Amino acid sequence: MATLELRGITKRFPGVLANDSVDLKVSSGEILGLLGENGAGKTTLMNILYGLYSADEGEILIDDVPQSFAGPGDAIAAGIGMVHQHFMLVPVFTVTENVVLGVEPVGPGGVINIKEAKREVREISQRYGLEVDPDAIIEDIPVGIQQRVEIIKVLFRNAEFLIFDEPTAVLTPQEIEEFFGILNGLREAGKAIIFITHKLKEVIEVSDDIAVLRRGAMVGGADPATTTEADLANLMVGRPVELVVAKEDSEPGAQVLTVSDLVVLDDRDQVAVNSISFDVKAGEIVGVAGVQGNGQTELVEALTGLRGVAAGTVTIGGKDVTHATPRQIHESSVAHVPEDRQRSGLVMSFSITENMVLDGYYHEPYSSGIKMDWDSARSKAEELVEQYDVRTPGTEVAANTLSGGNQQKVIVAREFGRDVQLVVASQPTRGIDVGSIEYIHERIVEERDQGAALLIVSTELDEVMALSDRILVMFDGKVVAEYRGGAVTAEEIGLAMAGAAT
Amino acid sequence: MTAAATTPDAVIVRTPAEIKRSRYLGITYLFLAVVVLWFFARWSVDLGNFTFKLARPTDPSAPDLTLSAGRVTLIVGVILAAMGGVQLARGFGKMNNLVLAIGLFLFIFAFLGWATAQSSIGAFSMVGMMKTTIVRSVPITLGALAGVMSERVAVINIAIEGQLLGGAFVAVVVASPLTGGEDPTLILGSPIGGWIGVGAAVFAGMLLAWVLAVLSIRYVVDQIIVGVVITIFVTGMTSFLALRWLADNPELNKGPIFKSIGIPLLSDIPFLGPVLFDHNIFVFGSFILVAFLTFLLFRTRWGLRARAVGEHPKAADTLGVNVYRTRYLNVIIGGAVAGFGGAFFTLGSVGRFDENMTNGRGFIGLAAMIFGRWHPVGAMAAGLVFGFADAMSQTLGILQTGIPSEFLGMVPFIATILVVAGLVGKARPPAADGQPYIKQ
Ligand SMILES: Nc1ncnc2c1ncn2[C@@H]1O[C@H](COP(=O)(O)OP(=O)(O)O)[C@@H](O)[C@H]1O
Ligand SMILES: [Mg+2]
Repeated sequence: MATLELRGITKRFPGVLANDSVDLKVSSGEILGLLGENGAGKTTLMNILYGLYSADEGEILIDDVPQSFAGPGDAIAAGIGMVHQHFMLVPVFTVTENVVLGVEPVGPGGVINIKEAKREVREISQRYGLEVDPDAIIEDIPVGIQQRVEIIKVLFRNAEFLIFDEPTAVLTPQEIEEFFGILNGLREAGKAIIFITHKLKEVIEVSDDIAVLRRGAMVGGADPATTTEADLANLMVGRPVELVVAKEDSEPGAQVLTVSDLVVLDDRDQVAVNSISFDVKAGEIVGVAGVQGNGQTELVEALTGLRGVAAGTVTIGGKDVTHATPRQIHESSVAHVPEDRQRSGLVMSFSITENMVLDGYYHEPYSSGIKMDWDSARSKAEELVEQYDVRTPGTEVAANTLSGGNQQKVIVAREFGRDVQLVVASQPTRGIDVGSIEYIHERIVEERDQGAALLIVSTELDEVMALSDRILVMFDGKVVAEYRGGAVTAEEIGLAMAGAAT
Repeated sequence: MTAAATTPDAVIVRTPAEIKRSRYLGITYLFLAVVVLWFFARWSVDLGNFTFKLARPTDPSAPDLTLSAGRVTLIVGVILAAMGGVQLARGFGKMNNLVLAIGLFLFIFAFLGWATAQSSIGAFSMVGMMKTTIVRSVPITLGALAGVMSERVAVINIAIEGQLLGGAFVAVVVASPLTGGEDPTLILGSPIGGWIGVGAAVFAGMLLAWVLAVLSIRYVVDQIIVGVVITIFVTGMTSFLALRWLADNPELNKGPIFKSIGIPLLSDIPFLGPVLFDHNIFVFGSFILVAFLTFLLFRTRWGLRARAVGEHPKAADTLGVNVYRTRYLNVIIGGAVAGFGGAFFTLGSVGRFDENMTNGRGFIGLAAMIFGRWHPVGAMAAGLVFGFADAMSQTLGILQTGIPSEFLGMVPFIATILVVAGLVGKARPPAADGQPYIKQ
């Protein structure tokens, strides 16, 4: 029986102590659940184990023998395999090419024996029930299947120690169940597994042992048989956590956003939003659930003017904005919290002040004529920082020095900090800490209570269920189901997300 | 559950991009039809016949092609107009590119026929023009291959021009003193000294590529800047040496010229034989390199890893592929190819070095790489298109059509731009192209 052990691992990034003397141990035939909220240092710890980062202090032992990994190649050779949080697949390669990359079966002259490679991929896929088409191109297959490819990749390298970094984040509830089946199969096959998540339910359901990481340090363990979600939440966050969003019933008013027969194409000119119609009323939160890549991104981009509309119409507050520019839409009192805060929400190298006036810099009071009025911009920024509880040393530091949660608060402050009739928010809390999530959820509900219409797109089912007065489920570019908030179970929505409902 | 109203699927037969492109192509065909009918057909009514010679006196015999200019231009004009109409009305679907190629061929055929009939000579050597096309394409193709090797691992290589020029210079300077004197034994068309010159050129290309690699991979200097600087450096350096040193030592600037080798049997085929199979080693070398590099990139372990490094270096890294080493090696292989291409300018062609003799071929090679979609075969196809444009303007100069040859020389380039704008569409470079990889 093999064991893998980490002792006293410490890793510092500039200004951050990402891992603080962490100990960890896992053996064959065991699933260790590693729990910790976003930014706790889970990925960093696993990257050290996998040879991607080198630890500042501490050691890695396999069967009590200290190891030194100069790179992932060494870790792989030692029997460690990792399914990364952000998949490490080459989008334009086939499944087989991705699986064999780095350990290709070759004939004379280094020619890849692609037949042999495919045969081995098929064999693993059958043995572990991981169905894939060896010839499919990665960018054409859904994320759920991409994840299977990642697992096959690890198994192909005969890994004994398997690390899964937040594998469930991209899956529907049904796919998660299926995935747990695979995990159990791997455990029975004698693999040692580290399963990383920030979801309490999952870790209790599948683990043999639980370890909790908070702010880089190991704060304790728990026995899945006896612990409760509340205990774990307490351990993970360091204080009791409110697991539900407090809100009154909604009182929908007039239609604010009306979408009819909207068709939007993706970057490759494929239909991404397939003729959908819905509306959002004042004082109402409409949540859009769905597995990533089912047209939500394109929908939001079309609504905010960032992507052309192929057919159909969009009206906001009675005005036709189907072909309006982003600025025209912005000026019709629409707030947009984009999906990727670092790429489209903020200019990372700009100061908080500059980021706060990105949308209004061109008019009074922030500028007159061609001249910026930085004093009024700064005082506005200071006011918003105060009002939205952005934790920062000042308004003149660059956005990239803030934590993810505080970056997101800057965006929310900018977008909500004026009168809006419609809010379009995409993944408003992705990858941020629990405190910030709670805060942003409160603000969203507050906007609703002040009479705004809100469209919240999220792949986190829990978030959609907690916030929404009405839930739309998108699958394959269409709205396949609609529910009243609070009157539906995760399982029902999950089925719709997988395309089972019609 | 409140069942969502089931909406019908959006029926997108043709995407906006396709429709736009179809419209563009349709208008282009109509425009070409107007050119053919209005200028060529009308003027050629009393021009009589034109003759394309398919063999030269020394070649295996092939009949001449003699046609009536009036008829040919009229027919081509009508076909082009019909193509434009169909393209605008409903497009050709999957056949779009094939139709485009045919249309372009017809247009150029009609244009050449008209120009020939116009001229007092009334005939020209088609076989000669095709041969020139191939010869002129060689440095462009080789430059493009150098670019492909480097950009496939995500290092932008703007230094191709400098690598070609450096190769050209070094080849002749090394080969000249080693040859000369009594008549030597030829190995594949050159005395051994010529081969040593080629080897030195390849080495010079690798050295310049190594500089590019170190600065852009290790020191993460902007790749465009490094490339430009290398090119400027080599241009200045070779010009200086040519003026100050070679001018005083002409014996150093008198290299052997690689002789043509006819491939047995194949070179006896009428027309195709002389066009394809009777060349010097640089031409055959570029054919072989295209095949070899295609094989390397798409069939071997090496190629799979190289492409992975260009598309998603982090993924490659997590699988134990050494990103830095892969990049170094590929960039340097690219440099070797460019150095070989450089030697063509001197040893493969005129035998001497002249200031800035590459004259922008490296940059055209870069364009050929993009038109060729970062694929060796595509690079060669694009290289041939540029070579053809070159050969054609040369032919038009000889024909003396009465219209300024500078103006006529533009026609192929205009045609090329039209095609490229319509044909290439959205080419997708390697995803990580130009981005340095920084490990934690
Ligand atoms: N490459 C890096 N450079 C600087 N800081 C980093 C880097 N990677 C992670 N961090 C920081 O280290 C902390 C832990 O991050 P991470 O390990 O990704 O957390 P988790 O996976 O638990 O969400 C965070 O504060 C994050 O901002
Ligand atoms: Mg993580």
